[in-house]
Amino acid sequence: MALTATNDFVVKFANVNGSGSASANQLFAKSILRMGIPIASRNIFPSNIQGLPTWFEVRVSGAGHLGRRGGVDLMVAMNPQTWDRDVAEIEPGGYLFYDSTRPIPQSRFRQDITVIGVPLTAMCNEAYDDPRQRQLFKNIIYVGALSALLDMDPEAPAQLIREQFRAKEKLIQPNLDALKMGRDWAMANLSCPLGLTLARMDAVGDRIFTDGNSAAALGAVYGGATVCAWYPITPSTSLAEGYERYARKFRTNPDGTKRYAIVQAEDELASIGMVIGAGWNGARAFTATSGPGISLMGEFVGLAYFAEIPAVIFDVQRAGPSTGMPTRTQQSDVLAAAYASHGDTKHVVLLPEDPHECFIMGADAFDLADRLQTPIFVLLDLDIGMNDWLCEPFHWDDARRMDRGKVMTAEELEEGKTFGRYLDVDGDGIPFRTWPGTHPTKGSFFTRGTSRDRYARYTEEGAAYVDNMQRLLRKFDTAKQIVPRPVETHAKQPTPLGVIFYGSTSAAMREALEALEADGIHLDALRVRAFPFHDDVLDFVRRHERVFLVEQNRDAQLRTLVVNEGEIDPSRIVPVLHYDGTPITARFIRAAIADRASATNVIPLSRMGAAE
Amino acid sequence: MTFLNKSRFHHPQLAPNALGLTRRDYEGAISTLCAGCGHDSISAAIIQACFELDLPPHRIAKLSGIGCSSKTPTYFLGAAHGFNSVHGRMPSVLTGANLANRDLVYLGVSGDGDSASIGLGQFAHSIRRGVNMTYIVENNGVYGLTKGQFSATSDKGSKAKKGTINTDEPIDMVAMALQLGATFVGRSFSGDKAQLVPLIKAALRHPGAAFIDCISPCVAFNNHEGSTKSFDFVRAHNEAVNRLDVILGRDHIEAEYEPGTAIEVTQHDGTVLRLRKLAEEHDPTDRVSAMNHLQERKAAGEIVTGLIFVDPEPEELHDHLGTIAGPLNALGDADLCPGAAALEKVNAALR
Repeated sequence: MALTATNDFVVKFANVNGSGSASANQLFAKSILRMGIPIASRNIFPSNIQGLPTWFEVRVSGAGHLGRRGGVDLMVAMNPQTWDRDVAEIEPGGYLFYDSTRPIPQSRFRQDITVIGVPLTAMCNEAYDDPRQRQLFKNIIYVGALSALLDMDPEAPAQLIREQFRAKEKLIQPNLDALKMGRDWAMANLSCPLGLTLARMDAVGDRIFTDGNSAAALGAVYGGATVCAWYPITPSTSLAEGYERYARKFRTNPDGTKRYAIVQAEDELASIGMVIGAGWNGARAFTATSGPGISLMGEFVGLAYFAEIPAVIFDVQRAGPSTGMPTRTQQSDVLAAAYASHGDTKHVVLLPEDPHECFIMGADAFDLADRLQTPIFVLLDLDIGMNDWLCEPFHWDDARRMDRGKVMTAEELEEGKTFGRYLDVDGDGIPFRTWPGTHPTKGSFFTRGTSRDRYARYTEEGAAYVDNMQRLLRKFDTAKQIVPRPVETHAKQPTPLGVIFYGSTSAAMREALEALEADGIHLDALRVRAFPFHDDVLDFVRRHERVFLVEQNRDAQLRTLVVNEGEIDPSRIVPVLHYDGTPITARFIRAAIADRASATNVIPLSRMGAAE
Repeated sequence: MTFLNKSRFHHPQLAPNALGLTRRDYEGAISTLCAGCGHDSISAAIIQACFELDLPPHRIAKLSGIGCSSKTPTYFLGAAHGFNSVHGRMPSVLTGANLANRDLVYLGVSGDGDSASIGLGQFAHSIRRGVNMTYIVENNGVYGLTKGQFSATSDKGSKAKKGTINTDEPIDMVAMALQLGATFVGRSFSGDKAQLVPLIKAALRHPGAAFIDCISPCVAFNNHEGSTKSFDFVRAHNEAVNRLDVILGRDHIEAEYEPGTAIEVTQHDGTVLRLRKLAEEHDPTDRVSAMNHLQERKAAGEIVTGLIFVDPEPEELHDHLGTIAGPLNALGDADLCPGAAALEKVNAALR
């Protein structure tokens, strides 16, 4: 029985890396959005530039579910190398679309799926002489054929092509022709549409479609960052590149000079060193990296914590370790970031859920860094960072001004205001600082990690050390009040069950909550957005008999933080863990929670969820 | 010990400079290094150089890594901000500080342990980027704070205080700086103030990456017979390539020299560097000549000192980045934030 669905199915494209398929796939995805139908798209790619297999998954969801669903309803199999596993992945009753130019033996197909062959290579060879054109237009032709098979409004991709090539007008017609060639062939030779169809709706609204790395980079531009020092590392590279793109656009003077500086450093140590030097000297500075970079930056991050220097570190998390799975997603740097470095250190960590929040936190991080005079980590992951997400549009309030924190000016020094670099004048643990070069005779100080008193004078006295450490704790308490608060959603009826989640798990979690509610399992839900935890987080745990904590790592890292920082009985928090490198799915969360919520017996705590 | 208060009193007739400041205004806290340490002589030379150049002390940023040398910024220019950073990482912190505000004078102080071992990479990359700075390595060939281990600049065959002979090849940071594109390279000796002060002055006025390797004997761990970084050994093998006079734009140029015995290099700000030649075949404005001379004399067992290379028209990092003429840290909301209307256009392009 062939699958039938309207606006609710998954299409997966199996391609060869470097074959030009990405832009065609993007065209397919955006065309659906232009029909007002929500989609979620994800690249699944290897650590490779050309030749290895790569996949692009589009989840069409009229209901607006943006997490990964799992399973494939229509496979566009363009890579002979992965044919067998691609065919095997199709749901029973699903569809297989392939290039039928060369015959493929019957044994390589399945009986329980619908097979659609289009002679793409033959069509290209006939229409084009240039080998590169044959390659590129083949991709557009399959989009054309799919538009007929799925009943896509043909004007949607046509309009996108016209917009995309506005500056290179002579490319418009050939692309439109290729699109039409595919569509016409399918209409003439296949029974269109399939059981899977698209129907125009109005469920996208004014939402935008973008990736978290670009959004965070744009946030850094809006947040006033002027110095970016970075070292290339997947999956964070496009964040630094995004900053360069937006900064060039928005911060170039008419004479060509730039109101920003970007240095590609020799390594992550130099990157964070430059960020700290710039922060010390009054510029808003950041770096973008991933887990291995965080490890390398450890010593410097500790110095910045003790010397109280503003810095912003975007960590786009991936599966560990350095020679690990750089192109796979995880939330496995939570502890590494929160407790980065040696000595007693704790850091502010922000946890955006999607590109919209990457923009907000990308800007807010700089205010927090200046206000708190400390490094701020913004933890994205590959799934949010490198995939395009449908999210709320960016907003900016023109009345907003940068909060540069407590910086004593030359005028204040001249007036005789007391300056002690590590003097807690306001009781919030945050001292005043001065920027180098401020005043000829007042306000200079020598920056060290510790071994100094409240006036930055050298001392190795134990009492002065303790005094400073206590003040740093007061400062962390202040941080708790000003970092983004958690967001709670209540179940439709009172329930003793709660669930905590964060970051890119959000989309799958929302979908899972709906499904669980339909199953009769009611959960209050709390999305944590920052560390240190606001009292609301610990209060949420105390208000519920049992709390699930869903995260994408093996060791339940956020749970460890909650238990440790809140001094909470570990048995109250049940971990639900997904860490195979693919984005977490609603199906996974639903099954894991349903299983445990309905069980009345005692739940073994060790390795819960790890066996999925 | 905590810190020692230093008296602010000074002789009433102490001569002021053009800013009305006395030499005393360029000093820092009392040194806690060993009595007779070469590093203290370098601190004194830095004080003298800044005083003579009439630099406002608070417009200098002094940065260092970890080690004996890196402690010294506390002992000079008390009115300047200082940063005692991480071992071997001063160059990156200095680079970042320079990116934030190109209007200050950046003085990086490091040692041979700090810059030739853990920090060799950062030394190299800051030089090849052309960061506008004066980078002084106080080179004693030994780890002082950890009591006498060989450093990476220790000469092969040099003897440690406890008798061990160094078997590793030394790193010559002057040769590296030349190769890496430093636009000002000098070497001096902490015991030769007449040579060192003008060299530091010229470096501070050089608008590019200026590197000075200053041999600075460690009186506690590397000043014995058999050491190649002892006062006696360096004095005996020191071969100055030139004598440098730094002539500021306002100064009257007096002495005349026989043709061929002196060359003058005019820096971007009008400062004239007059070099009285001591070595015939060495041309300090020719990088290849400088490299050749350095290697030849090294093979002969000599330590070449003086202004070894200077590019009269250097480029620096900000030129390469194309940043604005003023400091980035002075930009406000209007300069930095594109605003809501621009954001709406971004949104529109993402639909």
